[in-house]
Amino acid sequence: MKNFRQKIAIACSVLVIIMLTACERPPVESKQTGYRGTGMDQINNPRTQEQLAKINEMPAGVPASPDGPKAGATYKNVKVLNNLSTAQFGAFMVSMTSWVAPKEGCSYCHNVQNFADDSLYTKTVARRMIQMNQQINSNWTDHVKNTGVTCYTCHRGNNIPQNVWFNPDENRGGNMLGNTNGQNDPAPAVAYTSLPNKPFAAYLVEKSGPARIVGKTALPTGNKATLQSTENVYGMMTHMSHSLGVNCTYCHNSQNFSSWEQSTPQRVQAWYGIQMLKDVNTNFLTSLSSVFPPNRLGPTGDVAKANCATCHQGVNKPLLGQSMLKDYPYLAPNQTMPKDSNHSAAN
Amino acid sequence: MEYQNLFTQTQVTGPASRGVPINAYDMRERTRSIGFSHLMGRIGNAQIGPVYLGRLGVASLIFGMTAFFIIGMNMLAQVGWNPLQFVRKLFWLSLDAPAPKYGLTFPPLNEGGWWLIVGLFTTISILLWWLRTFRRAQALGMGTHVPWAFASAIWLFLVLGLIRPVLMGSWSEGVPFGIFSHLDWVSALSIRYGNLFYNPFHMLSIVFLYGSVLLFAMHGATILAVSRFGGEREIEQIVDRGTASERAALFWRWTMGFNATMESIHRWAWWFAVLTPLTGGIGILLTGTVVDNWYLWGVKHNMAPSYPAIYGTVSDPALKAPVAPVATGEKK
Repeated sequence: MKNFRQKIAIACSVLVIIMLTACERPPVESKQTGYRGTGMDQINNPRTQEQLAKINEMPAGVPASPDGPKAGATYKNVKVLNNLSTAQFGAFMVSMTSWVAPKEGCSYCHNVQNFADDSLYTKTVARRMIQMNQQINSNWTDHVKNTGVTCYTCHRGNNIPQNVWFNPDENRGGNMLGNTNGQNDPAPAVAYTSLPNKPFAAYLVEKSGPARIVGKTALPTGNKATLQSTENVYGMMTHMSHSLGVNCTYCHNSQNFSSWEQSTPQRVQAWYGIQMLKDVNTNFLTSLSSVFPPNRLGPTGDVAKANCATCHQGVNKPLLGQSMLKDYPYLAPNQTMPKDSNHSAAN
Repeated sequence: MEYQNLFTQTQVTGPASRGVPINAYDMRERTRSIGFSHLMGRIGNAQIGPVYLGRLGVASLIFGMTAFFIIGMNMLAQVGWNPLQFVRKLFWLSLDAPAPKYGLTFPPLNEGGWWLIVGLFTTISILLWWLRTFRRAQALGMGTHVPWAFASAIWLFLVLGLIRPVLMGSWSEGVPFGIFSHLDWVSALSIRYGNLFYNPFHMLSIVFLYGSVLLFAMHGATILAVSRFGGEREIEQIVDRGTASERAALFWRWTMGFNATMESIHRWAWWFAVLTPLTGGIGILLTGTVVDNWYLWGVKHNMAPSYPAIYGTVSDPALKAPVAPVATGEKK
């Protein structure tokens, strides 16, 4: 009898321990962000916040005077940053090395015998990436505001940013069995759900469609969006939520997910972010396809592309909203004011 | 302390009961072996068997186990036949419905063909099992309440996997066979059709589901509470109330002015349980076929509340001038 009770007790405690392994320890903080009763709130775990604050510390900037001879006149083959002073140019090269290739140093991009030489592919890529920074900071202020981005926002000391995506190599198993339909796998990109885990090609490149699947009328009037396209959107939304460390209700009112009128201003900013990624992935990354060596390409031969996690890395504002641009003003040459100033207020 | 017990307190063991002899044929179909399990006795009757399998039972099990086997093989193939990965990813793995492009045609096996076969086999298995419960109830001279309650669940199952996909003209609307994937399907259905909480039949189904839980708790508690007066002999007490029944009835009249009887409480419970999948199935059947957005339907019928716009004016940015040429695209 006693033996039996012991067995039951042991079995129950093992079960409880297993069930709790996927949970975060309470207490968590919840903050109401919307009208009462709508469930609009944000749940934060203070312990996770501490970790995030640590990994999102901003590296020290290297300020430099814009006066003095121009880099374009001093150095050969300077194509993008030729209007910088040599002091700025030198400071930026040092910063860039520490952001992108801290281990490899100058030789990651430069032929050290001749720094003007374009023989290394990494130099061509870096040049294009500087233009991308300028494009984002100048023309996508609807998404990045005046905080802007630098190489560090994505790279964080890695040659390739930690969160990138490739077009999936469709795993269809054999001819008869094993088709996973691009889902049913606990992938970090979609927060370990079983949802479609490579939804990016459908939303984040040129001419990819909008994610709008919900009908605009009460009765059917021709909205043919399928449940499977809904799951694809769902995968994408889970990616956004996971990348930003926020709940659905950071942007949406779950009463009616599709309604803009009931959404928060953050949803508009996120929409601009998606448009920005289409620009970045198409005009800056895919255009480099022929430059990259095969070992940098994905299973179907495409370049690494960006999604929300590439910059955000778990927080709603990359680097917790700290701007690095004051030391690197030339990365935002024609910064415009955000077109929608109303949605920056409530951030 | 007595009411805190989870397990049966009285366990009487005696000689095995072979059950009521009905006729030679039905006796023949029963398994001979009868066992006793103390563990089962803690939650029910300690006697295991005799089981009546019969031809319907055998046929149902063959179809059901084949379907189960096909699902398992598909999942195993998805992890490259690696048993460890199979266990690790079991909750994520799924046998999915065909893609929308196949409509109601039969797709290649690896593109949803297996899903259709499994759906067919599961349906056959369940319908045979239903027939089996019906035939066994009749053989024992019972009413057919159990099969009809089971039929209510089968109705919901058929709506989800057969009737609604056919009405929508595509097998892709059906539910995948998988732990997480079928839950994702549920969320996706609600999101696609504008929030199922505004579907009145979904509301009814929830009322009956939660109502069933409430009735279950009230009835279970009442009978346990009067078991010291012989309250568990409910059926006799329908006609011969006795003190247990009278105390229980008086308790509810004291506390809420009305009481169910030993008979009516079981009718309440049966109907609440049966109406849960019945109304739920109607709600699913209307979703997408005659209603596309339940939230807007709720607004139209004055049941969806509106809240103050506390975020200021937020409007669809796509309606403004396109911000970049790459922003334009066709709907996928």
